[in-house]
Amino acid sequence: MTDQTDNLPVEEPIANPGLPEHHWRPTDVDPAAERRAERQVASFFLLSVVCAVLFIVAYFTIEPGDTFMHMGAMNVALGSSLGFALLFIGIGVIQWARKLMGDHEISELRHPASSSEEDRAATIAALQQGLEESGLGRRPLVRNTMLLAMGVVGLPLIVGLRDLGPLPGKKLERTVWKKGTRIVNDVTGRWIRPTDLEIGQLVNAEPEGLVHPPDAEHLAGLEKRGGEVLEGVDLQVEKAKSAVIIVRMEPKDITDETQNWGHEGILCYSKICTHVGCPIALWEQQTHHLLCPCHQSTFDLGDKGRVVFGPAARALPMLPIEVDEDGYLAARHGFLEPVGPSYWERNSPSYWEKKEKKFFEEEAK
Amino acid sequence: MSTAPVANTNGKQATSAGKPSKGTRVVGWADERLGLATAAKKNLRKVFPDHWSFMLGEIALWSFVVLLLTGVFLTLWFRPSMAEVEYMGTYEQLRGLHMSEAFVSTMNISFDVRGGLLMRQMHHWAAMLFIASMLVHMMRVFLTGAFRKPREVNWVIGGVLILLGILEGFSGYSLPDDLLSGTGMRIAQGLVQATPVLGTYMSFFMFGGEFPGDAVISRLYMVHILLLPALILALIAAHMLLLVYHKHTQWPGPGRTEENVVGYPMLPVYMAKAGGFFFIVFGFSAFMGGLMTINPVWKYGPYDPTKVTAGSQPDWYMGIAEGTLRIMPGIESHFLGVTLSWNILIPGMIAPIALLATVLAWPFLEAWVTGDKREHHLLQRPRNAPTRTAFLVAMMSLYGLLWIGGGNDVLAVLFHLNLNHITWFLRAAIFIIPPLVFIFVKRWCISLQRHDNEMLLHGYETGIIMRSAEGGYSERHLPVSDDRAYTITARDRDEIYDPATDVDANGVAAPGGRATALREKLSQAMFADNVQKPTAEELEEGHHHAEHEHELEAGLDHAADGHQFDGRHPVEGEELRKH
Amino acid sequence: MRFLNRSAGRLSRHRRSRVAGLLVMLLGLLFMGGLYQVVLSPSNADTQTKSDEELIKEGRELFLVGCAFCHGQNGEGIKSADGQYGPSLVGVGGAAVNFQVSTGRMPMQNPGQQAPAKEPVYSEDEIDALSAYVASLGPGPEVPTAAEYDIDKYGLSADERRDAVVRGGQLFLTNCTACHNFDGSGGAMPWGKYAPSLRSTSEKNLYQAMLTGPQQMPVFSDEVMLPQDKASIIAYLESIKEEPSHGGFGLGGLGPVSEGMFAWLFGIGGLVGFAYWIAAHTTRSTKTKSSEGTQA
Repeated sequence: MTDQTDNLPVEEPIANPGLPEHHWRPTDVDPAAERRAERQVASFFLLSVVCAVLFIVAYFTIEPGDTFMHMGAMNVALGSSLGFALLFIGIGVIQWARKLMGDHEISELRHPASSSEEDRAATIAALQQGLEESGLGRRPLVRNTMLLAMGVVGLPLIVGLRDLGPLPGKKLERTVWKKGTRIVNDVTGRWIRPTDLEIGQLVNAEPEGLVHPPDAEHLAGLEKRGGEVLEGVDLQVEKAKSAVIIVRMEPKDITDETQNWGHEGILCYSKICTHVGCPIALWEQQTHHLLCPCHQSTFDLGDKGRVVFGPAARALPMLPIEVDEDGYLAARHGFLEPVGPSYWERNSPSYWEKKEKKFFEEEAK
Repeated sequence: MSTAPVANTNGKQATSAGKPSKGTRVVGWADERLGLATAAKKNLRKVFPDHWSFMLGEIALWSFVVLLLTGVFLTLWFRPSMAEVEYMGTYEQLRGLHMSEAFVSTMNISFDVRGGLLMRQMHHWAAMLFIASMLVHMMRVFLTGAFRKPREVNWVIGGVLILLGILEGFSGYSLPDDLLSGTGMRIAQGLVQATPVLGTYMSFFMFGGEFPGDAVISRLYMVHILLLPALILALIAAHMLLLVYHKHTQWPGPGRTEENVVGYPMLPVYMAKAGGFFFIVFGFSAFMGGLMTINPVWKYGPYDPTKVTAGSQPDWYMGIAEGTLRIMPGIESHFLGVTLSWNILIPGMIAPIALLATVLAWPFLEAWVTGDKREHHLLQRPRNAPTRTAFLVAMMSLYGLLWIGGGNDVLAVLFHLNLNHITWFLRAAIFIIPPLVFIFVKRWCISLQRHDNEMLLHGYETGIIMRSAEGGYSERHLPVSDDRAYTITARDRDEIYDPATDVDANGVAAPGGRATALREKLSQAMFADNVQKPTAEELEEGHHHAEHEHELEAGLDHAADGHQFDGRHPVEGEELRKH
Repeated sequence: MRFLNRSAGRLSRHRRSRVAGLLVMLLGLLFMGGLYQVVLSPSNADTQTKSDEELIKEGRELFLVGCAFCHGQNGEGIKSADGQYGPSLVGVGGAAVNFQVSTGRMPMQNPGQQAPAKEPVYSEDEIDALSAYVASLGPGPEVPTAAEYDIDKYGLSADERRDAVVRGGQLFLTNCTACHNFDGSGGAMPWGKYAPSLRSTSEKNLYQAMLTGPQQMPVFSDEVMLPQDKASIIAYLESIKEEPSHGGFGLGGLGPVSEGMFAWLFGIGGLVGFAYWIAAHTTRSTKTKSSEGTQA
């Protein structure tokens, strides 16, 4: 059973010496060592019992808020007592196997993975007989119509998934921004005056209605302009598209073309990265670069959001802004191109540039 | 050698024995109803070879069990709903905020269910270990050639398992709906949306409309706790059945051949070791869950599409995808009114599919090049397959570089490096470093092969410096032991494919053509530089030479016998070691 | 003393002689100042009564020695031939000076992408004097008082205070985490710059940083981010600092990168170690057992 040297090919330079001789462990030959190992294994199991009890004690005595070395006491106590309880069982069992269980290496013969020739022949014969008796080969009409039916019956299953979601339509091109929508500070929801902004200022902002109006005046203003306070899923969807950042920089640092979009060095950009859609707010006020923390696309906010580094392929969309009659910052128009990451149906940038040009020409009139 | 008598306890006579023991009665009762004794007879004493590297897959298996156990605990409290509710739990910094029910229930598990945070963290750590151990297991199988016939199918199952494991991990860490998981989901949505033609439809169907919608978490929950675990469980079962059927591979060695498997029997030794290892893996997860914070969702806060944090990274197994996304230059094509985003398509779809295809196809590719149709149960030492080893290490270097890419911002902060320099470095390095690593590792393997041959022919270096009468110094070489020498030579000679000799049974030459030429080229590239083991004659000659030299060097009156200076055997009359 | 040695060592040689006189003067001033502190004015009340004019004068003297080299004799800024310069300080206000100098960012030791925080070089009184002097150059944000940066000084009820912390957290996650990380651990910026860790920054300096936008950091003016909003952010940061690490060791608060590293090093490393132990051969005895085959 153990000696397989006969089967070795003849040209092997060294013959298989066969399984080495078995050497005994101290626990096999020395009763004292054996008893010691027995006690050792048993004490691991007992330690595990102690730890399991400790777990239960900790569970009922420690309050959720308690701390231990500035860490959550509950978690640390439960975790380490459970960890030790389990670990000791594992160590005990393995130590048992290593020291006390029989450790003769035994050898077992392998068999080829394939079945015997007869079995295989019988299987093939059975398959052929089945094919023959079914007449699958002889009756193409039956076979083909069955395949057709099986193919078509798959369709209802796929069609049944249609209601997973609505069709995209033009939804990705639209945001809540439109002419006159006021820009509000995120979280606080307050309107923003140009004079509030200093050079080097960054405001994480939203269109009004995406943040709860801080007071009645803000709510009234919103309603006057036909807006509403969004909630739930509508709010989340809109936030993922409409969030913007406002920055103010020295007018001399802004290209002429970019100036058109803003107001006295105040510019408004989409906050959603054109790469895969992370919100971006890492603005360096001195270099006026904006960095995405997800994949490090860097945009130059002094130059129409041009990509200066990283995996994004398109400039950050700008929102044309103005100061409305009450002296607050507001949109001059919605976004002139879809915000956020690219998608197949999104037209080329030149298509959207034409739209932008048209907008500015009309505005100039 | 003796076979222990345990194997007979399940004998057929059990039920009819006069005074059966209690155990025998139980077995009898069960067998009369289930008839499992025939199968059990063979398998209870099934032999498993012992080697630490054979237990890596076991870590994956046991961490999956831990995942099932802790996961069931979590489902008792987790609510996969994106409905907006107000948080009124224990954690003060978020109290009163509106957030999804999924996040609220995650917070409750973390703060208001005793042991809930422990289970959450154990679940997360075990998930990290699950995929990590699958990966190292896979590397072990690859490096040792354990994927060769008849185990190709099991290799493919393993490859699919690791893919499913990654998807399972992603769907899991997206569930709490915290800022980090939401950011990850946003990126995933960006990837899906960039798919040519169908992208927007796929995205809208996934999220039930526009991102983030209110459907994705409950859908992912189903995928995470039903669909993927069922598939993983089924594939694990198939993986294990095939393992049992093929029997485990083993390292070559004295008495170990292609026809046998040497090791410890399943019952009791292997069962104890494997069972014990389960408790160790479980215990490790508990320790990590108890002592090491993972995914502190309360600090990230609920997901809000307008918020983001520095250090937004996915879990480690998505790190290479993140790295590829980061270092990819921004390239987009526009034609006929449509957009094709290479900057997303390549890292998000093309690269992962290419990677998976390479992994799954490798055994078949290698078998095609070697034309080897034999079964292989003896493992290869990595050095004896230099091209394969070099390929894997080159891939590991690529993996590492992409990992660096995925964490470039954290590395930049920790080591005061320049973010942009790291990215530029990586853009070049992923094309330069892996080939260099490949060449280096291949040469290294070959020189190790050469070293093995040296050792066989001229003995090993003892570290004993001898001075000759003329005053010259030389190091003493002694022959290696028979067992070791056999182990080193227990490998196949590589054959380089030669189309001219490739004739089938009827003496018809293989058709020429591109495939044959490619196969010849690949075979040349893979095996031509390898060092083959010495033949019996070379060995004989080498030993004669060595013996002669020993006599000259040592001034002993007899040739060294191989055990003299290994420090384990006392050698009579040997004075050298005492100094 | 330390300051003197440091800056003297870093000035180029041809300028040293010219500056040496100033150094000596400063030494004298420091000595006198120290004497004044120790001998003549043990109580703080006296320093507070120091008139604004005196303070500005003292500040100007300090300025001339420590700052004018880069920022110009009158704080108008200097552009040198190779493009390195100290920006104009006219109109930056006392808060900017207080922030830059009390965090040790100024005086800058090496021109570079970013001035790192280090041990402050000036004493508190000297910083007050410098702030007063620079504030006198043009109107700008003033050094805030505890009444502005400390949420407890706003007279809020316990509930209102808790709401303020929650709101501060939202403001923090909206405006700050993108650069400074969810745990205030800091983050990377382009070309070797970085957003520093906020863990050991004082409340006052957190406030001043928001108010003045030091270096690359944007400004968060009082009109948009009200003083109470700023104080709320600071209170939130303090609260997460005080919050125990519920899940055990924090692993650096760096998110999944450090978690992944621990999973590999500790998790896989430890388990592979155990696997090695399980498969390792136990010690062997040289003795043999007389009756073989009795063990099961």
